[in-house]
Amino acid sequence: MYVAVKGGEAAIQNAHRLLADRRRGDRNLPSITLEQIASQLSLAVDRVMSEGSLYDTGLAALAVKQARGDMIEAIFLLRAYRTTLPRFGYSRPVDTAAMLVERRVSATYKDLPGGQLLGPTFDYTHRLLDPELAEDAAPAAPEARSEAEEAMPRVSDILANEGLIEEDGSLPEDREPGDITREPPEFPMERDQRLQALSRGDEGFLLALGYSTQRGYGRNHPFAGEIRIGEVDVEIDVPELDFPLTLGRIRVTECQMVNQFKGSKKVPPQFTRGYGLVFGQSERKAMAMSLCDRALRANELDEDITAPAQDEEFVISHCDNVQATGFVEHLKLPHYVDFQAELGLVRQMRREYEERHKGAAADTERREAAE
Amino acid sequence: MNAHTDNIAQYNFAYLDEQTKRMIRRAILKAIAIPGYQVPFASREMPMPYGWGTGGVQVTASIIGTDDVLKVIDQGADDTTNAVSIRAFFQKVANVAVTTHTADATIIQTRHRIPEEPLKSGQVLVYQVPIPEPLRFLEPRETETRKMHALEEYGLMHVKLYEDIAQHGHIATTFAYPVKVEGRYVMDPSPTPKFDNPKMHMSKALQLFGAGREKRIYAVPPYTRVESLDFEDHPFEIQTFDEPCALCGGTNVYLDEVVLDDRGGRMFVCSDTDNCEARRAEGHRGHLSGEEAATV
Repeated sequence: MYVAVKGGEAAIQNAHRLLADRRRGDRNLPSITLEQIASQLSLAVDRVMSEGSLYDTGLAALAVKQARGDMIEAIFLLRAYRTTLPRFGYSRPVDTAAMLVERRVSATYKDLPGGQLLGPTFDYTHRLLDPELAEDAAPAAPEARSEAEEAMPRVSDILANEGLIEEDGSLPEDREPGDITREPPEFPMERDQRLQALSRGDEGFLLALGYSTQRGYGRNHPFAGEIRIGEVDVEIDVPELDFPLTLGRIRVTECQMVNQFKGSKKVPPQFTRGYGLVFGQSERKAMAMSLCDRALRANELDEDITAPAQDEEFVISHCDNVQATGFVEHLKLPHYVDFQAELGLVRQMRREYEERHKGAAADTERREAAE
Repeated sequence: MNAHTDNIAQYNFAYLDEQTKRMIRRAILKAIAIPGYQVPFASREMPMPYGWGTGGVQVTASIIGTDDVLKVIDQGADDTTNAVSIRAFFQKVANVAVTTHTADATIIQTRHRIPEEPLKSGQVLVYQVPIPEPLRFLEPRETETRKMHALEEYGLMHVKLYEDIAQHGHIATTFAYPVKVEGRYVMDPSPTPKFDNPKMHMSKALQLFGAGREKRIYAVPPYTRVESLDFEDHPFEIQTFDEPCALCGGTNVYLDEVVLDDRGGRMFVCSDTDNCEARRAEGHRGHLSGEEAATV
């Protein structure tokens, strides 16, 4: 007899209880703390903050814990919280030249003012699983820098002094920077909005697109001019005060790609920029972002648009993993009303097909008999 | 329960902050002023995934008040999991009265169906829309489709329907069947079966469409012409079913096929569960509702 799919409410509650149980795992083991996640899985927390567009290590750690380590789920949790927060202002642009740098590398100069600084990097590690880490072996204390800090100008500024690279883009006086979380995006976009979308875009998607530009799909000859990771001040203007107030510091990763440009009717040959800036330490994301940013400037620089990475609507409409995962996963929802409609249609078309087929067979028989 | 209420106290009535509601209401007003036109709006992340009704939820959250009565259906039914989840969400964040009775509701949020019972003046039907652009599968670019709407350039859609006829002898679109609103904009009715299209025409209720992920809102005001696209020699037709509902005996309603066993046994039952229950309460019976009839 017919059993309706009733009891959705109880089923949902039970499923969520089971989820909470699985999330907790073996009760004989201590529950992982937010501090442990924030300090020992800090790159996961950084990714959640960057793609969740909310700088808060505590909340991001909570999201990672609640999501059982599922990055996109954690990003989603943080986004859904972020969207409820009121806006009380926009900060001044962060000054990455004044960054308290922990890592800074340039692939374009052997040495440069401020020097190359490797910092806490996976680069040049041999990817051999470390059995000692399975135990609780204490690592050696890091070497602290002793010499006085030297100013560390950005590579793009060094090139700009010679006029060999385009100016950093600047907004007209009367134009407020866009906010993709507060205005509906419209295509074609301005670069400020595009960079916002890329900065919160999915690391994997941008990585693949950036990679595709290197393999010839929209090639633009990049050099990693500079990658720097460190802390910058976030400042806001307060109307009553004639100096900016510092709200605090955030850790960011900045990547400036230097790209060839042969020049156009209006512009002399010079290097152009691809820009990446993300929360926390995420070099891969910042580099992928800057490749995509440069590729997406094809129109502005009069380049042929031939590859997916250069296609603004394609890249921006699909780079958000919260949107993507929602829509892909919505296929799990019931679709039986539409499926019923399609079922009816396919049955009708099958009937028509069989009738035609029968008719055709009869025709052939008749013809053969006549012959 | 107290811990629960303390916990949600940090959210505004109906979840969204008032600034956001104002922004969405303005988009809704614009949509009502230009029937069938897709108004871009700054869609928010909602605490449920994109593609699961975030557009509809934002529209409902922006128009709902304390004295509203909400009904939520998915596939025509009040008890499908996502409908249950969305209804529970509004009970939690807006503490509004909810109902499963179409006639009692002031706001009905729906996915994939329009209730069988004709809607009344004063009711609002909120559709959850996955892809608001009816031309999307013919032209993937938003920049292009917006131009096509602006120029009322719908030839591509007619060619598609014509190609169906040339190939199959009939139009092979069964749901999300395109309509023309008030003789101007071609509109996607959301993935409702084409069976429901005629219900949109000259409806007494206000129909609002929310697409959260695609950031669009559109509307059909009450008493607006909604015509399904067709040709003079191939007029629009809705689905028909060979048998009545097995539970309530209803005809001229949309039915779901339920597979009973692995030997081809199946039954057809109302997709609109409220309508089916109401009919059974009135004493109507289908051929498979035997033992229920005995208990009445």
